[in-house]
Amino acid sequence: MVKLSINNRDVEVPEGTSILDAASELGIKVPTLCHFKLDDFDIESKAGSCRVCVVEVEGRPNLAPSCCTPATDGMKVKTNSVRAINARRTMLDLLLSNHPKDCLTCQRNLDCDLQRLAGEMGLHRILFEGEQMEHEVDRANESIVRDPNKCIMCRRCEAACNVMQTVGILSAVDRGFDAVVMPTNKHSLAETKCTFCGQCVQACPTGALTAVNRSYDVWRELNHPAKFKVVQTAPAVRVALGEAFGQEPGSVSTGKMVAALRKLGFDRVFDTDFAADLTIMEETTELIGRLTSGENLPILTSCCPGWVKFFEHQFPDLINIPSTAKSPQQMFGAIAKTYYAEKADIAPDNMLVASVMPCLAKKYEAAREEFAPNGVRDVDIVISTRELANMIKEAGIQFNDLEESEFDNPLGESTGAGVIFGATGGVLEAALRTAADWLSDEPIEDVNFTAVRGLSGIREATVTVAGKDIRVAIASGLSNARDLLDKIRKGEARYEAIEIMACPGGCINGGGQPSIKGDTSILEKRRQALYVIDEDKQIRKSHENPSIQKLYKEFLGKPGSERAHKLLHTHYTERENA
Amino acid sequence: MPTPLHSEAREEERERQAGFACRVFCCAGTACLSAEGEAVWESLIDARATHGLKDKVDLVRTGCMGLCSKGPLVRVEMADVAPCLYGPVSAMFARLIMTEHVAPALARGDEFIRPEFLASQALPSDLAFFAQQKRVVLSRIDRADPERITDALAHGAYVALAGALEKQPQALIDELQASGLRGRGGGGYPTGQKWANAAGTEADRRFVICNGDEGDPGAYVDRSILEGDPHAVLEGMLLSGYAVGASHGYVYVRAEYELAVRRVRCAIEQAREQGLLGDAVMGSDFAFDCKVFTAAGAFVCGEETALIASIEGQRGTPRPRPPYPSECGLWGCPTVISNVETLANVPRIIEQSAAWFRSIGTADSPGTKVFSMAGRARLAGLVEVPMGTKLSTVVDSLGGGTKTGRPVRAVQIGGLSGGLVPAEQLDTTLSYEAMSELGSIVGSGGMIVLDDNDDLLDLARFFLQYAVEESCGRCAACRIGTHQLLNLATKIREEGATDDDLVLAERLSETMQATSLCGLGKAAPRTLMSFLRNWSDLVPRKETSTGGDA
Repeated sequence: MVKLSINNRDVEVPEGTSILDAASELGIKVPTLCHFKLDDFDIESKAGSCRVCVVEVEGRPNLAPSCCTPATDGMKVKTNSVRAINARRTMLDLLLSNHPKDCLTCQRNLDCDLQRLAGEMGLHRILFEGEQMEHEVDRANESIVRDPNKCIMCRRCEAACNVMQTVGILSAVDRGFDAVVMPTNKHSLAETKCTFCGQCVQACPTGALTAVNRSYDVWRELNHPAKFKVVQTAPAVRVALGEAFGQEPGSVSTGKMVAALRKLGFDRVFDTDFAADLTIMEETTELIGRLTSGENLPILTSCCPGWVKFFEHQFPDLINIPSTAKSPQQMFGAIAKTYYAEKADIAPDNMLVASVMPCLAKKYEAAREEFAPNGVRDVDIVISTRELANMIKEAGIQFNDLEESEFDNPLGESTGAGVIFGATGGVLEAALRTAADWLSDEPIEDVNFTAVRGLSGIREATVTVAGKDIRVAIASGLSNARDLLDKIRKGEARYEAIEIMACPGGCINGGGQPSIKGDTSILEKRRQALYVIDEDKQIRKSHENPSIQKLYKEFLGKPGSERAHKLLHTHYTERENA
Repeated sequence: MPTPLHSEAREEERERQAGFACRVFCCAGTACLSAEGEAVWESLIDARATHGLKDKVDLVRTGCMGLCSKGPLVRVEMADVAPCLYGPVSAMFARLIMTEHVAPALARGDEFIRPEFLASQALPSDLAFFAQQKRVVLSRIDRADPERITDALAHGAYVALAGALEKQPQALIDELQASGLRGRGGGGYPTGQKWANAAGTEADRRFVICNGDEGDPGAYVDRSILEGDPHAVLEGMLLSGYAVGASHGYVYVRAEYELAVRRVRCAIEQAREQGLLGDAVMGSDFAFDCKVFTAAGAFVCGEETALIASIEGQRGTPRPRPPYPSECGLWGCPTVISNVETLANVPRIIEQSAAWFRSIGTADSPGTKVFSMAGRARLAGLVEVPMGTKLSTVVDSLGGGTKTGRPVRAVQIGGLSGGLVPAEQLDTTLSYEAMSELGSIVGSGGMIVLDDNDDLLDLARFFLQYAVEESCGRCAACRIGTHQLLNLATKIREEGATDDDLVLAERLSETMQATSLCGLGKAAPRTLMSFLRNWSDLVPRKETSTGGDA
């Protein structure tokens, strides 16, 4: 332990603690910009590049960046000396001098760390004029807009891309005033092995990395007089949307969300949870098939498009082991435009299927070539949780005052197994519930496979199902996925089933969710909320979903049938590493 | 133990040299070579052949002889006669030296009288430029062929190493700590302390790096040492390696220093042949080998953490310290990283003792410092003086004042990291302590003499432009700060300064100095600041001030 004083108050902290963290122990918040820390995921980026968190340390000729200066015994720190305040303001003046002044029309307006700090520090005029960086804006993909002109070189996105996700796309290029974070050789994201997970967007303090906004397209479609408008909502959306309206993290706002979507003008509000149940039917069938034959194990889940693109680029040799089941989003689209369209007597090309997703990669997924049979997209437009929140505000809907509404049927009926897809471990647990029933003589009573739950990056368990031991593993966050796959590749670990989600914690922490601003406790609250919904459900096993049973009876036949394969399964493509 | 290979080579070479009646030395430093030094050399060889003097006259290409402004330089040495230094020497004149000086002098002995036209091109033998130097680091540079290790051996190279291998590593560390040697690259950190830190850090592997990424405008000290006496540097690295327990070294040299790179590579190869590098250094169980890492020439890679990053194949940008490289350096291993001149000091200290070293210089700054004097200096080039020498001594006595005959206005010292020392303050001594009191630094050795016709604001803008181009872009203070400060300086040049401009320049400079991640950003404002503070009467002013706070 080391003892130091900050603003004349003593504090004792473990050796190696930064001055920044020591100050926070005393409730002193030193302003920061480039510092980025996700406690529960062991991610900390302290590039020390913004120089905003500088403080006065007695005896040092220069100011010390508090985020990357370790506290030492006897240190005397002043966070608000005139020199420190002057320096901080000057640093912000400098950053603003090379930053576009289009705050009013920036996607991050009122949600920008640079803007907020400028306000807090009372910068009321532009001190430094002169030329600014001029880079092309990268809009060449479905998910992420990269505007290097707004990059302040904080390098937070690099920590997300290279450390948290080990995708390795983003790094600094060029030098001096021209230095900016970009893919190598200034490629556009579309040309790289970017997974579009969107964690870089979540990490970016400014508008340099933002989500592609499709809300206008939704508005246009909603106002189309002839189209039949269907929307699906992913499990993780309902436990985060409320935050955008001032609700406590972990609030469940399913009913209000459904009501809001109706008010926006959707003809039917359906649930991706339904399709999650459907995914379990297909994936569990595949799992049992592989368990029985003992071939092609382990099976890897394939619900997460970021993860799918990751293994297509990085593990092409393992391309045959992920489940061929489409993701719930794509299964929903396929069923909506066939089974439901037929039932409701609507021409598929006259139906809009929109998705509300916690995810930016889902935008990319919906646009993948193989998901448009006969030229008609299974899913037409994907918007994120944040975009939906903005649309609700734009429409003047008083979200918190809405009377709760229920999903439409049949594609709105779902089980507890469907909703836990939103958290890491949920897909595997849902599959185990069904597998256990199908492999046993009698339905299981306790459906809580708690061993697979939690937020830690890699979890392993052996689950006994019908007297059979199934070794399972769960990874969330692509660096963890990489570690797990490396082990499998080298034959160091054996499992029968593995669930992988690209984002740490799963979809609750997706790139399209309201920002947690580094507070990972919010994720735990979202996670618990999903399990509360699960507990409250009458039916908690996917195969017991009556609408699913009806779907198979009326339309698909058996899980794994030819028709099911045609509509609900996909294939993967080996992709180049740019 | 059999006589080590290199000892035999040393004796042979000494005998060989003693066999010549006359030795003619020709400077082969970059400055002389770029002034048709190559033609001078060929001319000497040719003339020697013409006179059939191959057995009597030894021709030697040396490192930088120092007086670059008079290059190319040729020195004639004969027994019992004072050496005679000629410069500038043309190819034609080189032939005359051989025909009218060397050949007749050898033929006539004492009877020989040098013709008047030769004397006019000779430099006075008591020239203060040389007489007032104290050559420790440069002791061999003007008398041994850097491309022949035997010549270096004959002049005492690797004697220190041979002695050191008989001792415990800790004894070397103690000696170096006692010597008070401080890093000559600019930082001035005690080198012995770095050794102690690296040796005291638990590790499987340790590294030694020679920092030859000299980049300050006007500085060419390290280049000259690498070109002129690469073995002094290699020996310094070997001693560092032995002291801290490292078995690998990197000589990090910018690729633009072609000659230095070539000579160091040659030196490494020859040292391996002599058993001075490799698995068993001098037949001992100490293993050490070196390789040259040619750098892309980014100024900021002279900063040690950026340098290490670039060897590792990473983007060459500094990182926050601590941890310092002596604890966590190359590939995460303890790494002693020292500047070229610092390393060249090490063998001399180990050979002669810490007490000897401390007898030179001042209490806080023992030893000597090499400077590369340029600008308006009448005699420009490489000088080595004891620490504590007055700046005025170097400029007025060694440098001989200005070549324009105009009064000195200022001396820019320490390159980017230094500042302008006004003429009135030239009494300041060259030492870490005195220069830091002045707000400047001894720095890497660049010294630019300016007269009262020189535009200091333009010089400051030049340095800022350099900083803008060389900023790595990692921290905002430097990335945007240098850019904005240059804008301000240009505005002052073009429109004249308002009160606001001056306040803003001051505030920005202070912030850059207090917050930049590495020395580049901290140093960038120095020259402009020393101009604005010391020559307020020379700052162009705009008539009307807009007022208001900045």
